[in-house]
Amino acid sequence: MSAPSNGQPLIELSNVHKSYNVGMPNQAEVLHGLTLRITRGEFVALVGPSGSGKSTLLNIVGLLEKMTSGDYLIQGRPVKALDDAALTLLRRDTLGFVFQFHHLLPAFTALENVTMPNLIREGWVSTKQREHARGLLAAVGLAKAMDKRPSELSGGMQQRVAIARALVLDPPLVLADEPTGNLDTAASDEVFAQMRRMHAERGTSFVVVTHDPRLAARCDRLIELVDGLVARDQAIGAQTAASASA
Amino acid sequence: MRFWFGFEIRVALRFLREGRLQTVLIMVGVAAGVAVIAYISALVSGLQSNTFNKTLGGQAHVTISAPDDVVAPARMPEPGVTGLTDTQTKAQRRRSVANWLALVPLLEQMPAIAAVSPIVAGGGLALRGEATQAIALSGVDLDRYDRVVRLRDKVVAGVATLAPGDAIIGSQLASDLGLSPGDRLTLLTGTVSETVRVTALVDLGVRELNRRTVIVPLRLGQSLLGLPGGATSVELALKDVWGAKTFAAELRRLFPYKIESWQETNAQLVSALNAQSVSTGLIRGIVLVVVVLGIASVLVVSVVQKRREIGILRAMGATRGQMVRVFLVQGAIVGAVGSLLGLLLALAMILLFTAFVRGSDGQPLFPIVLPLSLAVQVALIATVCGVLAAIAPARRAAAMDPAEAIRI
Repeated sequence: MSAPSNGQPLIELSNVHKSYNVGMPNQAEVLHGLTLRITRGEFVALVGPSGSGKSTLLNIVGLLEKMTSGDYLIQGRPVKALDDAALTLLRRDTLGFVFQFHHLLPAFTALENVTMPNLIREGWVSTKQREHARGLLAAVGLAKAMDKRPSELSGGMQQRVAIARALVLDPPLVLADEPTGNLDTAASDEVFAQMRRMHAERGTSFVVVTHDPRLAARCDRLIELVDGLVARDQAIGAQTAASASA
Repeated sequence: MRFWFGFEIRVALRFLREGRLQTVLIMVGVAAGVAVIAYISALVSGLQSNTFNKTLGGQAHVTISAPDDVVAPARMPEPGVTGLTDTQTKAQRRRSVANWLALVPLLEQMPAIAAVSPIVAGGGLALRGEATQAIALSGVDLDRYDRVVRLRDKVVAGVATLAPGDAIIGSQLASDLGLSPGDRLTLLTGTVSETVRVTALVDLGVRELNRRTVIVPLRLGQSLLGLPGGATSVELALKDVWGAKTFAAELRRLFPYKIESWQETNAQLVSALNAQSVSTGLIRGIVLVVVVLGIASVLVVSVVQKRREIGILRAMGATRGQMVRVFLVQGAIVGAVGSLLGLLLALAMILLFTAFVRGSDGQPLFPIVLPLSLAVQVALIATVCGVLAAIAPARRAAAMDPAEAIRI
């Protein structure tokens, strides 16, 4: 099953601007009125050259940064007026993150990292939630590494822990910022395959920032940013995927 | 279901465990500070109660005596005439407290008063063979007097009894005159002389008192001092020693007598004790500031080090409040564990002091104890200070922009 988009809007950005160092001589606008719509169940690749605003866009979508102007709706709900506390709760309940590296808490084991969102939300982790987390870790092939610290895991294994963690509260959308950026090809393929599987099994939407055209080609939709604007936005069929990998 | 502080406590504990060396250092710092505070407080309170008992043990908390005689003008000046009179203060006669027999039961009904003892006191001579010694004579009712000054606790030889013809004398007077319990002694005042039997020797803690004190039954005192049926003063023991001054002021409003508290009679000692208390407070304050700064600085470093983790936790949905509390809990844990260690250290120091610092007689100089209330108080203050010290670093942690923190 390839979880086709069911048309329900998940993310709606319209005319989003983002400037850094506002009011200072080195003010720089990174996003110049970007408009974007992502529906439930999509698997989107976000590509573009360095400095095109991919990470900024991801941070804005992920509610980690505020846009300078524009409108942003998550599941139809405008976020512009929300304060930090409300944004944090919205982030907790709707978004999962997979970062490029340094993304696990080194003081906690793999299982504790995966159950951390539960701990943040409820203040404790029930047996059921722990079993759920174990199941996720087993699903990404880490059944034997649950009690290891991140420093004892390989880069690929760390990323798979991060995927399990991003999914533990079952958010509708997972944002991944170059999740395979520092992995070799084999590990990259494994991590990417896990994301596709989770997408297929759970219907979770993914937005994946990547530099790797091979991986981008394996997504369902490709959005290319150039200079803070969407330069290309297209669906990738099975054929284009095949030609890209050829 | 939400378990409050579950996240904060778990993460705080793990952060502390992770920064092992820092945690140990900061806890040792807190422990040292708490130990100093607890030890100094215990030492000074031991010293003060020792000084207090030694010097004031033989004194009443409040003394009621007849008002001083004042000079009355020989005749009233005529109207319209201003008389420039030169008066000399009168020599004070020994006078009885007027109506003391009625006063005693009245005082005994007051809830603040623990014991009431009428006393007749005056000077005299003690004679034994060729030896003569000036003495301070007190005629008392032994049981009442004992309740005011705990005389029986101060007996060093013999058994304290005051049957007619008995006397209790100071230990130094006994050695000056070569007396031991059972010996006879002649007491002489102005005109009257009486031979008494020494029943007990007492150590009142002050050499001069031990050299002068002779305590006889009230009736004998009255006849020796020429005040039949009289009492020169009524001495009171209070339930609250330190409330003596205010209580004396209160009594002064009720009765037309001369009423003095021990603080007024021993103003110098009181100011010395006060100076000591103030310096102790100052030391405690400074050590507390040092402890707070220590906790704060280590936590500030920890916040900087944990930047990325804070960013990750924020991205996962931890609120600013939760991040603040993670660091406040760290401060509280450090303060609480540090103060427990510090109290143990203080106990060890007190044991060492009692074991090794001894007077010339091989006895401990004075008892030091760490009262539970003081220990709890110090531990609470240190914990609260730990939390307070964590506020600034915690706010810094929470203010961090998660995107920026993660990007590093």
